[in-house]
Amino acid sequence: MARITIDGKSLEFGEELTVLEAARGLKIKIPTLCYNEYMTPYGGCRICLVEAAAGAAPDRRRLIAACSAPAEDGMVVVTDSQRVLEARRFIAELLLSRCPDSEAIRTMAREMGVEPGSQNLDAVGHYLLERAPERRETNCILCGLCVRVCQQIPQRFALSFKDRGIVRTVTPPFEKAAEACVGCGSCAYVCPTRTITVEEAG
Amino acid sequence: MKITPADLEAIRGRMEPLLAPRSDHREDAGRGKRLDLLVCAGTGCVSNNSLKVKTALEKELEKHQLQDDIRVITTGCNGFCANGPIVVVKPDDIFYQLLTEEDVPHLVEEHFLKGRPVERLMYRLAENDAPIPRMREIPFFGKQQLIALANRGLVDPENIDEYIGLGGYRALAKALTGMTPEAVIQEIKASGLRGRGGAGFPTGRKWEFCRNAPGEEKYIICNADEGDPGAFMDRSIVESDPHALLEGMLIGARAIGARHGFIYIRGEYPLALERLTQAIEQAHDYGLLGEDILGTGFSFEITVSKGAGAFVCGEETSLIGSLEGKLPEPRVRPPFPAQSGYMGKPTNINNVETWANVPHIINRGAAWFSSIGTESSKGTKVFSLVGKVVNTGLVEVPMGISMREIVFDIGGGIPDGKKFKAVQTGGPSGGCIPESLLDTPVDYESLAQAGSIMGSGGMIVMDENNCMVEVARYFVSFTQEESCGKCSPCREGTWHMKNILTDITEGKGREGDLELLEKMGRLIKDTALCGLGNTAPNPVLTTIRYFREEYEAHIRDKRCPAGVCKALIRYLIDPEKCTGCQACFKNCPVNCIAGERKKVHVIDQSRCIKCGMCHSVCNFDAVRIE
Repeated sequence: MARITIDGKSLEFGEELTVLEAARGLKIKIPTLCYNEYMTPYGGCRICLVEAAAGAAPDRRRLIAACSAPAEDGMVVVTDSQRVLEARRFIAELLLSRCPDSEAIRTMAREMGVEPGSQNLDAVGHYLLERAPERRETNCILCGLCVRVCQQIPQRFALSFKDRGIVRTVTPPFEKAAEACVGCGSCAYVCPTRTITVEEAG
Repeated sequence: MKITPADLEAIRGRMEPLLAPRSDHREDAGRGKRLDLLVCAGTGCVSNNSLKVKTALEKELEKHQLQDDIRVITTGCNGFCANGPIVVVKPDDIFYQLLTEEDVPHLVEEHFLKGRPVERLMYRLAENDAPIPRMREIPFFGKQQLIALANRGLVDPENIDEYIGLGGYRALAKALTGMTPEAVIQEIKASGLRGRGGAGFPTGRKWEFCRNAPGEEKYIICNADEGDPGAFMDRSIVESDPHALLEGMLIGARAIGARHGFIYIRGEYPLALERLTQAIEQAHDYGLLGEDILGTGFSFEITVSKGAGAFVCGEETSLIGSLEGKLPEPRVRPPFPAQSGYMGKPTNINNVETWANVPHIINRGAAWFSSIGTESSKGTKVFSLVGKVVNTGLVEVPMGISMREIVFDIGGGIPDGKKFKAVQTGGPSGGCIPESLLDTPVDYESLAQAGSIMGSGGMIVMDENNCMVEVARYFVSFTQEESCGKCSPCREGTWHMKNILTDITEGKGREGDLELLEKMGRLIKDTALCGLGNTAPNPVLTTIRYFREEYEAHIRDKRCPAGVCKALIRYLIDPEKCTGCQACFKNCPVNCIAGERKKVHVIDQSRCIKCGMCHSVCNFDAVRIE
């Protein structure tokens, strides 16, 4: 049996599991956005970052995405250090700055103490929430859950990413209604910010 | 024809007399001796018409019936790209530069008929200095030490026999017939070779992980998707010595236990691709690729795959995704490619320069290789030296050499008497190193300590006319556009950094912006998914660290000391110097300069678009930037 320690609590495990699964086994809460237990982990949104050291190198602590990092024997993980909390706040601020109208993002940010106008914002938070160019065009956080669910559950491949960097979007091929789409609604179901809606056609 | 190790030696024996003029340095040559004229046919020289020079040489030699004694050979990149087209006369080692077709008749008549080398076409340190006839006496070449580029400018990259004649594929024969795979890995480990693509991971250990990974089916990949602006080391190796890459990969495949390899090459490298494809065909014809190589039972195939212009494909997991036909996006490691790479199989990936070092280590031994360089960084590194430096080109230097030696001794310093300001190493996500750190030895750890990275080996020199805020803004804009957009901190964070920097260059910076950038940069580095985001803030962080006053001048005084940021500068005409020649008046695209002939001109600031045209056309230095 292998053993992982998270926030001082140990878990023995026999089969492969991720750090997030191990934490859930120990009833330790780690926030997630781009994660869904039925799909392959993505590691993109970075809200689930935790600080981890391998058993062999306890002094080399790195931030890793709990959703996709495999638990390793001897691994020591901390989910509530200053470094972790600061990193998660940063991610929440970035996403809230991107889509200030999303209720889901606002709620998650608030739980981390991130709120526009709040006194406890640092320079980065203040910039991102009060000074950065205002954006309200979408609530999509590009977590890719819709793309992955379409590929992995109905296996229709009706959605994909387009472009890169800040202009990246999720779209059906050629930005037209996808012939491959069967209207199963999986993408709308998994969307954490309720950005995809399903309409009855014809 | 399937050749054996004995056939390799036979080809070498047959080629030896033909290659003799090139491989030794006899200086007794002259009229009547057999000469080889090595015409550089790297991308730089070809675009400066070196192939026309070659045709003219052949025609002219034939005219004088010299074609049997003097052969014209096209080689890959010579490295001294700034001075192309280049022709080197061997064995004399005479270096001719900046040649045109029109120079050829005179050159042939003087040098090859009358035995008088043409001084006018030789290299000089400065316009009025004496010419330096021999290539190895030119300072640009003097401090270089060639391993990865050993055959550059010496071998015809389109002729496998020349490569074999200069000792090529001997290391492969040795690795296949005289060494176990474990012994090969041991040799690479003992050599201390580290990955030349950027991160500097020990190559031997990487191979060992892959060899020891469970599974029968394994792959190796060559990353030739060189995407850094201003970097062309890998292109040059592929163009000038493609077989060195193939031989390195063959040895690696044998050591790791792979039967199939990929070369992922940048789509914008047509010449490199052409030579690579040709080299692979020639290697196939000799049975150096395919089944039962050299009669040893070892089999290996290589597939070439073209990149489609995504910078992030330099990151190994993105590259593998792209090879698999997926979006080029990094994925979380572990699992590392050595455990689960191409199609989920154990995969080893190295860049061109790393592979090209391998045959030399097998031939000459780990002890020889590890005697070059520093304690932790062994061997040499190829840099593309570009920007505000006299001798731009490709240089290969031993690890541990100082930045000052590269910029000033090899590079010849800054042109036009300008002052050195910074050198940016490691591509768009490297850092800018200031004058005070010029004596930093070039090795992985020292560069990291200075806030930069070795990266793949880009080296961009900047002078007093470069604004470091603008430089940081440029590089972050580049990484922002090339960020794949998968992870939030790289996608969103670099965009915000770019906006803050743009504000500063436009005079809209605020007190506290530097602390903001520093903190945001640190957070992005810590939280991003892959190496692109982990390093993207480097140019910003290092320029703030070393050029803080320049940022402060932009923010507090709304002034750009280097005179670059348009919103913060004015063009003014100095009445003392203006002769009233009307050059600026005639060239101003918006007609905002008033002035009669022989009277002092004046710029209407309200209409000036700050294009700088008046400044560049003034012959009297009368237009100044404020």
